[in-house]
Amino acid sequence: MIEALPKAATIMPDFDTIIPDAAETTPLGLAQRGFSGRVSAIMVDGDHLGVSAVEIERRLLELGIVEGASVQILHEGPIGRDPIAVRVNGTTIALRRREAMAIMVGALERAAKTTA
Amino acid sequence: MSVIDVNDWRIALVGTPNSGKTALFNALTGSRQKVANYAGVTVERKSGVLKTASGHRVNLIDLPGTYSLRGRSPDEDITRDVILGKLASESPPDFLLCVADATNLRVALRLVIELKRVHRPMLLVLNMIDIARRRGVDIHLDKLSAELGVPVVTSTAVRRGGIDDLLRHIDDIVGKPAGAIVASDWTTPAVSDLRAAQREADRVIRASVSEPAKPDTWTTRVDGVLLHPVWGMVALLLLLFVMFQAVFAWAEPVMELITQGFDALGAFSATVLPEGLLQSFVQNGVISGVGSVLVFLPQILILFLFILLLEDLGYMARAAFLMDRIMGGAGLHGRAFIPLLSSFACAIPGIMATRVIDNKRDRLTTIMVAPLMTCSARIPVYTLIIAAFIPNRPVLGVLGLQGLVMFGLYAMGIFSALAVSFVANRFFWRDSATPPFMLELPDYKLPQLRSVLMNLYQRAMAFLKRAGTTIFSMMVLIWFLASFPRPPAGATEPAIDFSLAAMIGRWIEPLLAPIGFNWQISVALIPGMAAREVAVASLGTVYAIEGGKEAADQVGHMLASQWSLATALAFLAWYVFAPQCASTLAVIKRETGGWRWMLITFFYMLALAYLAAFVTYRIALALGWG
Repeated sequence: MIEALPKAATIMPDFDTIIPDAAETTPLGLAQRGFSGRVSAIMVDGDHLGVSAVEIERRLLELGIVEGASVQILHEGPIGRDPIAVRVNGTTIALRRREAMAIMVGALERAAKTTA
Repeated sequence: MSVIDVNDWRIALVGTPNSGKTALFNALTGSRQKVANYAGVTVERKSGVLKTASGHRVNLIDLPGTYSLRGRSPDEDITRDVILGKLASESPPDFLLCVADATNLRVALRLVIELKRVHRPMLLVLNMIDIARRRGVDIHLDKLSAELGVPVVTSTAVRRGGIDDLLRHIDDIVGKPAGAIVASDWTTPAVSDLRAAQREADRVIRASVSEPAKPDTWTTRVDGVLLHPVWGMVALLLLLFVMFQAVFAWAEPVMELITQGFDALGAFSATVLPEGLLQSFVQNGVISGVGSVLVFLPQILILFLFILLLEDLGYMARAAFLMDRIMGGAGLHGRAFIPLLSSFACAIPGIMATRVIDNKRDRLTTIMVAPLMTCSARIPVYTLIIAAFIPNRPVLGVLGLQGLVMFGLYAMGIFSALAVSFVANRFFWRDSATPPFMLELPDYKLPQLRSVLMNLYQRAMAFLKRAGTTIFSMMVLIWFLASFPRPPAGATEPAIDFSLAAMIGRWIEPLLAPIGFNWQISVALIPGMAAREVAVASLGTVYAIEGGKEAADQVGHMLASQWSLATALAFLAWYVFAPQCASTLAVIKRETGGWRWMLITFFYMLALAYLAAFVTYRIALALGWG
């Protein structure tokens, strides 16, 4: 359904200031290897294993995952494709899909999987 | 206070993890370093002295890496407390040297922006500038400095002359009198502060960096293999095999040599000193005590060499990435697997290696289960009992029954370690939070020999100094228990029969009877506390077999005639869990900074050992093997 939407972000000149519209975003936790996009929002849905939602949000922010940051999934773990290695504006961060669900992303370009 | 030169400048080195902070610290201070602990916590305090060109002495303190002053772990709490001057034992630093990886400015600049609120004089060091330039980065230093409001200098810790510019800056700073101290207005950043700071950092980068670093193609290519779901695991297993082999086999000849050396020294002391208490104390207490500490050194050095190289190379974080799900199922951190694997050789280097786990509760869980891995000291016990009691007959055509039992004992150790950590996470840590697995995968870098050797030396000294004293005093205690009181004149039984160890052994015998242990086993368990394999020699002593090369064989024959199969199996089951290793307990005490975790480990293992031996004994009896 994402491909049906117009990609306003890709035709605008300055990517760094563009935050994809919330309507066309998906959680990074569901994306596959090769996905490339930009963070639109960080929305932690609740406490997890005793860690408060705010704490998870802080940790994501401290690793440079903020709205507008570019993200790309480089690698997936050997079991259940978890955790994932994500390039965030040039730095590579490993995190579990559980936490990546809080990172809402808008695709900038489609992964190669569309034309398989 | 009186010994500290009040004119010395105190500079604190702050930075994010992987910023090359420690390499810079090593380059700045060389061998003039001191490693200690902060009072009351197990966080290491690394400090060093540096003399500038114009002769000023500077005390440099290397703070644990952190992304924020928030303090999410004991290490990060220390960083915050030192910077804010909240630690009673530390005077606040006069100056902050903030280290940033020039190839990875975003996160570092966010930290700089946060640090500015502390209002301490600060200098930003763009480390690894050579790598950044190679990757096409173009940083306008003046612009960056103006935008941040902090002086900026570049450095390359790994190159000769790479820190000259930094040294000149430090010299300039310490040549001037320290300015008036402005009170810090730092407060714990809320999520909105973190967002704002990151936006500001991104703005500064856009304004002062005209060309961002291209992704490191070398790292990308290597990761294509090392993080591949299949090849990555193959590479990891290969690496583990080499490492395990090294710790297990390469250390063996040296350990043998150390043991022989101390045996010879002990024998020599026996010829020099008159027979009696003094001779026994020197030979069996002091010399074998020192020997029992030194014998672990080869394994510790080899293991830490691997760990330091892998850490500096940047592979450790990758290994954690690959193992996270596998370890996570049992509630262990991805980083726990190298310590646990090393524990197959010996739990002592394994427990020391848990330092790579930055979270406290993950580290404690790993320390707690590490002694369950079948260490090499259990092998003599296993082989002795298996050879004496288990017939060597083929199973399913190809497998030997003896080998199968050995494998079963190893499997039992691994399984119980996973089970214990699972239970610990479910019940023990229920109220404390599991920190989410999130870590940076740094670009690969060639390790620096000098830095690695320096860290290796520090590890070795830490072990010898602190664990050494505890292990040594425990050895002396065990010697005391096994030697006092002395046998009466003309006694024909072995001397140990009259000792406190025998009294304790006979006293606990009723407790051990339900698991099939006779009084001889009970007595042997006391000196067996020294190390697991000592139990073999102790059994020999209790059964009054003279030592020597053939002693082990003879002990086997003796046991086969004296013990029932049920007792032998119960003894094996006991040794899967047996907490008797004074050295391991000493290291646990040292690494966790107190008695608590040592006692918890001791008693839970004791309980499991008893339970396992009891169940084994009862089942064996029911099967008619009594």
